[in-house]
Amino acid sequence: MAERSDEVKLLGMWASPFSRRIEIALTLKGVPFEFSEQDITNKSPLLLLSNPVHKKIPVLLHNGKPISESLVILEYIDDTWQNNPILPQDPYERATARFWAKFVDEQIYVSAMKVVGKIGEERDAVVEATRDLLKSLEKELVGKDFLGGKSLGFVDIVATLVAFWLMRTEEIVGVKVVPVEMFPEIHRWVKNLLELGVIKKCYPSRR
Amino acid sequence: MADEVILLNYWPSMFGTRTMIALAEKNIKFDYREQDLFNKSSILLEMNPVHKKIPVLIHNGKPICESLIQVEYIDEAWPGKNPLLPSDPYQRAQAKFWGDFVDKKVYGPTRLIWGPKGEEQEAGAKEFIEMLKTLESELGDKVYFGGETFGYVDIALIGFYSWFDVLEKFGNFSIELECPKLIAWAKRCVKRESVAKSLPVSEEITKFVPELRKKIGIE
Repeated sequence: MAERSDEVKLLGMWASPFSRRIEIALTLKGVPFEFSEQDITNKSPLLLLSNPVHKKIPVLLHNGKPISESLVILEYIDDTWQNNPILPQDPYERATARFWAKFVDEQIYVSAMKVVGKIGEERDAVVEATRDLLKSLEKELVGKDFLGGKSLGFVDIVATLVAFWLMRTEEIVGVKVVPVEMFPEIHRWVKNLLELGVIKKCYPSRR
Repeated sequence: MADEVILLNYWPSMFGTRTMIALAEKNIKFDYREQDLFNKSSILLEMNPVHKKIPVLIHNGKPICESLIQVEYIDEAWPGKNPLLPSDPYQRAQAKFWGDFVDKKVYGPTRLIWGPKGEEQEAGAKEFIEMLKTLESELGDKVYFGGETFGYVDIALIGFYSWFDVLEKFGNFSIELECPKLIAWAKRCVKRESVAKSLPVSEEITKFVPELRKKIGIE
């Protein structure tokens, strides 16, 4: 549980959409934290000690105790600091939110990573596959301001990976994976995100 | 109102086994519906349109997909009797970390072990034993992964136990020699009624895997 003299430290990387999720959640909850930028090409003893199993960022250190894996960390934050809830209260809605979060990480992200590594016809095929997955997200957004409904929730925070990593990476890779004509709901949702103070703070328009 | 609980499953699945154990721990009666994965039913396609996979838990008409999400849902929808996840946020996060570890690191290598023979199979066997050792070291001298009480991480892993014999046969290793404490843990788990009545019989899995290899064209 949260204590008065909480010491909260995030081992992360500014370019990582996974560590950015944690920044958003902590900012939303108003939890002050120290950000420690990690070098993944030369892993720090603190990172190796804190996440000996996966040796990956992000790691949240709360009063010295480490928590790894971004989805696990988000739920820990929501359980520990209960103001501005991220997950809904109802068990069924919670299960649905967890389902979409897993979908973003295990399907969309995995597919989008292949886009980065491929060229030519092979790339066209993975772009198509990624779009097929994004269609599920597009459908989820119909009639909603956010994936969480009226306000920013768990799935929105997780899916910032699509809004600010995938949709900015596509400029670098040189192929529009999420064109507005095909995904009007996703583009509307990104606009809604950009109006939020917490997103402006954690995802400045360019870095 | 009486709860209507339906489980769409395929009997050899280590994932569906988890959901069955969680339901049994909470003493919830459910309607089990065996699915043919080579000829998917309209109810499966309708209830899990995204992945079209078992297990699907249907509670009063509403579907929940992904086995660990189902286990957590069961714990949240029927709180009280036999809690499966700890209430302390840190302990809870640790349990979820290890459940996720089983899905990300243990399942993949098992597919390689009973897959086509060759380098991949050897790599799978090595990886599988290494991951089990990591889990064994997390278990340490505890009775269950969560300590004294059976819970989430035990449920996440024990579904693989029925597959151990066939994996040993294909992978040419002995799990008991490599991870004796983990085997002692598994034997403790199967003494629980919820586990005993949900786990597929090992001998049947051992017969099933060669048939599956033929069916999907490996042999």
